[in-house]
Amino acid sequence: MRDVAIVAFSQTDHVRGSEEISEVEMLMPVLHDVLGRTGLRTGDIGFTCSGSSDYLAGRAFSFTMALDGVGAWPPIAESHVETDGAWALYEAWVELLTGEADTALVYAWGKSSPGSVRDVLTRQLDPYYLAPLWPDSVALAALQAQALVDAGETDEPALAAIAARSRTDAADNPHAQLRGARAQGDYVVRPLRTGDCPPVGDGAAAVVLAAGDRARELCDRPAWIRGMDHRIEPHSLGVRDLTDSPSTRLAAEGAGAFERPVDTAELHAPFTSQEVVLRKALRLGGSVRINASGGALAANPVMAAGLIRIGEAAAAVHRGASDRALAHATSGPCLQQNLVAVLEGEPHAR
Amino acid sequence: MTATPASRVPPAPEVLRAPLTVEFPFTRSLGPVQSAFLTGLRERTVLGVRTTGGRVLVPPVEYDPENAEELRELVEVGTAGTVTTWAWNPEPRRGQPLATPFAWVLVRLDGADTALLHALDAPGPDAVRTGMRVRVRWAAERAGAITDIACFERCEDRGQREPTPATSGTERRAAAEPRLHSGEFDDPVTGIVAPARLDYTYTPGRAQTRFINALAERRTTGERCPSCRKVYVPPRGACPTCGIATSEQVEVGPRGTVTTFCIVNIKAKNLDIDVPYVYAHIALDGAGLALHGRIGGIPYDQVRMGLRVEPVWTEDGRHPDHYRPTGEPDADYDTYKELL
Ligand SMILES: [Zn+2]
Repeated sequence: MRDVAIVAFSQTDHVRGSEEISEVEMLMPVLHDVLGRTGLRTGDIGFTCSGSSDYLAGRAFSFTMALDGVGAWPPIAESHVETDGAWALYEAWVELLTGEADTALVYAWGKSSPGSVRDVLTRQLDPYYLAPLWPDSVALAALQAQALVDAGETDEPALAAIAARSRTDAADNPHAQLRGARAQGDYVVRPLRTGDCPPVGDGAAAVVLAAGDRARELCDRPAWIRGMDHRIEPHSLGVRDLTDSPSTRLAAEGAGAFERPVDTAELHAPFTSQEVVLRKALRLGGSVRINASGGALAANPVMAAGLIRIGEAAAAVHRGASDRALAHATSGPCLQQNLVAVLEGEPHAR
Repeated sequence: MTATPASRVPPAPEVLRAPLTVEFPFTRSLGPVQSAFLTGLRERTVLGVRTTGGRVLVPPVEYDPENAEELRELVEVGTAGTVTTWAWNPEPRRGQPLATPFAWVLVRLDGADTALLHALDAPGPDAVRTGMRVRVRWAAERAGAITDIACFERCEDRGQREPTPATSGTERRAAAEPRLHSGEFDDPVTGIVAPARLDYTYTPGRAQTRFINALAERRTTGERCPSCRKVYVPPRGACPTCGIATSEQVEVGPRGTVTTFCIVNIKAKNLDIDVPYVYAHIALDGAGLALHGRIGGIPYDQVRMGLRVEPVWTEDGRHPDHYRPTGEPDADYDTYKELL
């Protein structure tokens, strides 16, 4: 099987609202930046894949508008996933593994500001038993948090510490929406306080993938994808043990994450309590640097935040800050679907 | 690439915004298990489904989440149960079960091995804890939907030892053994209508804002791609061929050429236009692609490719109501063949 690497990553500055620009206007600078890092032009890209959600935009086929930003004529090989762009990256990775293309552009974006993302996300729930009750994303995360508290796996001070560490680390991330520590605030849905929840915001991200020698041409230190897998939990929350994430553990096994220790992890944990679950599922010890970017608690552009985790992990490899990094992305309530990627840099290039 | 004169790059416009509501009734059919469960709720009966491994799933599903085996063995479980986890919701949102502050709860009903998500009516968070006993409060009017359970409420059924979350399924079922149930009811519910409504504030972005603002002055503007020089009308801010931003404003029209058309014979709802009428692609002079518009002022069967037309605005219209013939000679095919 051929080796595939992430050779470039770019993201917007994530903001609470971007009402003055459309999706394609938000996306285009990111697309140009990520291509500029490799010297590739749109016509050089072998496969293009994106992730987004019509429910955030409130419009059907909203991704076709964003496609204007990639130069889709003459016709290109293109695909779209109606979920986080991390899954678009998975699709592109498979495409490159098959040899159908040597390079791929993956991008994702989310504008949460036009609507109410807590309400919007209820529409992804089971339509028979859950959606009619409108349980919002914070409520469902809070049920999981209380289950963790009851199980003795965390408590409110520990969750506050995760929030503080994330946002303190984000002070060094110029793209983050919340930069620097802040008060935990009141309960949104108890036991989760404002500080335990991600900011609502708009943003976009893009990566370029390349195979084999093409990757070495385009990047001094490619972030080689050593493995990637994604798994899902049973649909009904009441069937699951919310204090654990077997799907994350299985995806990590599939991606080869447990074969050797990682030095860096970018976890897509929009809520502090979810980091507790992920650390356990991924067996991450104290020596692993977790969410140095600040993670989703510092910027959570829905549908792009998972791709950003992979991009941040790749960027750490690119700049020599990591030799072996784990990236995780999630989608759905209470960590329902989970993707794990393992990225490595070649040691001699450091 | 030619330099763009600075005077033709407009300042960033003020943000236009408008409310946008997306509302739809999602009509769904039910399989045999979901039908029995939701019909049961209408009759104040809670059904679960037993897996081949002996677990009782409530709410029931048609396939085992562990091994995908088909599940059809329905059982009746209790209408009281135990809270397995909870979360206090101080500010109920639209559509949620209770309008006053309440607890979200996962409840394992007596006889079940899995938990059902719903709301718990309680005076405050201090009155809620994991392991507490609760029972169903039925909605006064029930139609065969999950909302037939109005919510849960606290119950003091002291006759029964309060099970802890750690209590095994076997122990619990000894207290409340689920009974086999045929799942048959008179007048079964076979479908649900799940209404959904989401509210947005739509903002069109820079390019479309400039376009809409110009229309308010009865001008039609496009944007030129700095690379391929094509003029997009209406502009969306990017050249889809080159994948780069379009920012140079170009006024196009007002006259244009019909590049192709169709004759509409079906009257649209809420549209006061007599049929048949002609809907056409119109390449405004100076535009790099055609836009859509209705053709009026000429019998429908005399509209033709190459017909020269101009916009007709109504008093308060925000865009041309239709286009009518200018009386000029038809355009030569070669002048618009690239715009078909
Ligand atoms: Zn162009």
